[in-house]
Amino acid sequence: MRTRLYSLDELNDIPGTTVFNALRSRQAYHLHKFCMSLMQPENREAFRADERGYLDRFRMSDEQKRAVLDRDFTKLIDLGGNIYFLVKLSNTDGWTTQKAVSSMTGMTPDEYAAMMRAGGRSPEGQRSIRGKS
Amino acid sequence: MARITAGIASSHVPAIGAAFDQGRTQDQYWKPVFDGYEWVRAFETREDPDVVILCYNDHASAMMLDVVPTFALGMAEEFEVADEGWGKRPVPLVMGDPVLAAHLAEQLVIDEFDLTLMNTLDVDHGLTVPLSLMFGKCEEWPVRVIPLAVNVTQFPTPSAERCWQLGAAIRDAVESYPAGLNVQVWGTGGMSHQLQGERAGLINPAFDGAFLDDLTADPDRLRRITRLEFLREAGTEGIELIMWLIMRGALGERVEELNRFYHVPASNTAVGHIVLRPLD
Repeated sequence: MRTRLYSLDELNDIPGTTVFNALRSRQAYHLHKFCMSLMQPENREAFRADERGYLDRFRMSDEQKRAVLDRDFTKLIDLGGNIYFLVKLSNTDGWTTQKAVSSMTGMTPDEYAAMMRAGGRSPEGQRSIRGKS
Repeated sequence: MARITAGIASSHVPAIGAAFDQGRTQDQYWKPVFDGYEWVRAFETREDPDVVILCYNDHASAMMLDVVPTFALGMAEEFEVADEGWGKRPVPLVMGDPVLAAHLAEQLVIDEFDLTLMNTLDVDHGLTVPLSLMFGKCEEWPVRVIPLAVNVTQFPTPSAERCWQLGAAIRDAVESYPAGLNVQVWGTGGMSHQLQGERAGLINPAFDGAFLDDLTADPDRLRRITRLEFLREAGTEGIELIMWLIMRGALGERVEELNRFYHVPASNTAVGHIVLRPLD
């Protein structure tokens, strides 16, 4: 009999964290195809010239398109997105990765940068929703 | 025969590459990071390796959309530098070693590691930032590189133990190669960091310090760290540390620590770096 090392439900027990998996990857397939298209300079130009029109080339949900237009990274993660794809969008905008990441924390980019310079976010109290440790 | 003479691990933060490319290595923010790699740059000049087997992860640049390989080995003569959305890094083309790569592919699949073989592969900051840190600015890289891309993005990633075992199999494969090559294995990524959600910015110096210590003192403990524990303790992207265990597994039982460096932060990440010498 094969046994699991631990229940996969545990992955939902980490506060403020979405674990990217095969189902999410599929849900975000067309969103991610859009993100990877921005690796070509001519596509970046086409996107900048007409964001909505460019997005309509992809079979993304309207919700995903709206979240791209809003640069709502929290929403994009909710809709299946993964940060390594999504930074193609923030790179196109000339944002640093730090700015894109900070936008999900409820802090301003400056507040977030200051937290990182001071040593980052402590893991204390951030390990488990259930155990509150 | 070929021999693995050293193992090197390093973070591969993209912002380090940007600072390097834009000549900001002496800025107040970046100087401590680049100073931390001075020792290894001199070491690499002395060691002059022929080939680096470079464990890294693709950041949705060449894979992860249409195909999601757990372990993918780069088989080509050369690997282009990917454009990740702000133009290609101005670094040399990465030259491969198709003959050694083919030998590794054969040996590792025979040894029950069912690798994906990449006959074409563009490489991103995960691979080129460590090259810049170890070799500095150059016209061409002074080594041939065999990329070994590991899925650390889409759960489930391979386990720490599986990565260790792959490293051990790489050691056997290299030692069965007839040419007298000086080979290094590099593990990249880490240390603690999380790039998404409200918990973004997580840094765990206690976890990182113990990880660095136990690469020499108690590697068996590191092999037992679960994926869940990596996510909880080191952040969703901190799980990249499993790639360090491929490097460590390739060095055999006993190693000597030659140098280490740890610094917080580089952008969102705790920078860690270690140089190990196999003793057996």
